Amino acid sequence: MNLRKYLKVYKKFLHTSLASELEYKTNILVDLITAILSLIGSIFLLSIFFQNNGYIGGWKFEQALIIQSIYTILNGITNTWFNPNLTEIVKHIREGTLDFVLLKPIDSQFFISLKKLNPSGFLEIMLGFFLLFFCIRINQINLNLSFLTLSLITLSCSICILYSLWFFISTTTIWFVKTWNATEVLRSFLYIGRFPLNSFSFSLRIFFSVFIPIAFITTIPSEVFLGLSQLWKILLEVIVASVFLITSRKFWLFALKFYSSASS
Amino acid sequence: MISKLIKRKIFPLLKVQYSNMLEYRVEIALWAISGIIPFFMLNIWTNNNLNESINISDIMLSRYFLCAFFVRQFSVVWVVFSFEEDSLMGKVSPYLIQPLNPFFRYFAQHLAEQITRFPFALIIAFFFFIFNPESIWIPNLSILFLSIVSTFLSFLIQFLMQSIVACLCFWTEKASSIERLLFIPTLFLSGLLAPVVSFPAYVKSWIYLTPFPYLIDFPANLLSGNETNISGGLSIQILWILLLFPLFKKIWSEGTKKYTAMGS
Repeated sequence: MNLRKYLKVYKKFLHTSLASELEYKTNILVDLITAILSLIGSIFLLSIFFQNNGYIGGWKFEQALIIQSIYTILNGITNTWFNPNLTEIVKHIREGTLDFVLLKPIDSQFFISLKKLNPSGFLEIMLGFFLLFFCIRINQINLNLSFLTLSLITLSCSICILYSLWFFISTTTIWFVKTWNATEVLRSFLYIGRFPLNSFSFSLRIFFSVFIPIAFITTIPSEVFLGLSQLWKILLEVIVASVFLITSRKFWLFALKFYSSASS
Repeated sequence: MISKLIKRKIFPLLKVQYSNMLEYRVEIALWAISGIIPFFMLNIWTNNNLNESINISDIMLSRYFLCAFFVRQFSVVWVVFSFEEDSLMGKVSPYLIQPLNPFFRYFAQHLAEQITRFPFALIIAFFFFIFNPESIWIPNLSILFLSIVSTFLSFLIQFLMQSIVACLCFWTEKASSIERLLFIPTLFLSGLLAPVVSFPAYVKSWIYLTPFPYLIDFPANLLSGNETNISGGLSIQILWILLLFPLFKKIWSEGTKKYTAMGS
């Protein structure tokens, strides 16, 4: 594993994908407006929920906004890296071009998960951070070093879980060939991440923490920001994230054994 | 002449597209599952007793969201994505030579997909009733008929709107980002995530001037037996279709004049 080589290759990836995406400049502007409207829409929806209630699942409106901001950041990351790359896997497998990826003297998972980049997602990430700083102000959160490290740890764990989920589903393409819509299912489940987990009924809460760990993705980082989180929850998230990462890697290597190119 | 058109063109088209869609039944099943967001929203509403403030009982609200799910299932439109791909790949040129507007082909595709989707939607509804047995109801025949009509009208409105956006492909090549922008108000204002009755007064004052509440809220209210103005809703749906259709024809004729086939 040569880290310098991988960094160099990644720089090339960045360059080529930025160059090809910047061909469609108006697209980026439209995507920015979409991201802003989508954020306004979800805050609007949240405000309907809080219209006549002070609390939803034990969360105040200002606190629920933190979940919204973390969701926006993670959604931006999904749109920048995961979505463009992992939909590409489907194409690679369908057209048999995965052969060329496997022949390259570079790790195949690295190649297919980082090859592309969609710059319009950056704007969404920035929007999310903007809202997050606003939330930190209105919730009067004191920033200190331990808090910052904890929130960084939980956020990066969320990103790992999210990546693994996406990668996991895309890997199943090797058997099913067309899993375009499986990612749609994941997308609609992830939508739940916009709301505090406690606002759902008990059975759904179990479902969303065991089968699809959406609870870990947005709720725990938000709790860290509010200083509500217990240590065991953070530890649990770290464990879940590493388990997910390792299994997704193992699963990819396992799935590759079943890859039999197109038309062969 | 019209009967000849139906017999020689529409029927074969539908038949071909239906057998085409049956090939992708797993995909369509997954797509049907990805539409279950209304049920998650219902869970938030009832679990936090939010519906008390808008005077809708639990049972009526669960029926509303079930109907919203159904209406959404049968009014999903994706014509812009198909058209964009076809126009980028240069497939539109042979379609243009044929003595049939290519949008008929897409229209038949959508209808065939809805027929394929029907059993899956029924299965999901069946599971919904297992979990919520108290919300079972049987709408009377005339209401059922009217709501099928209004769902179809809602589908027509969305199909026309998206076809207009799709025609922008003639100018920009990537029109799907505009569609994603248009999808945001559809998502938040149509009543898919929260019934329009629950919206704050400052939104309710102008929302009925837009087509959005007639896409899901109106047909869902009609089918679920919630209070709604039947003749008013239907006539406004028809009004929107009468408004959008000439616009589509205009943009189509302008666009085809502008069209230059790829690689020529």
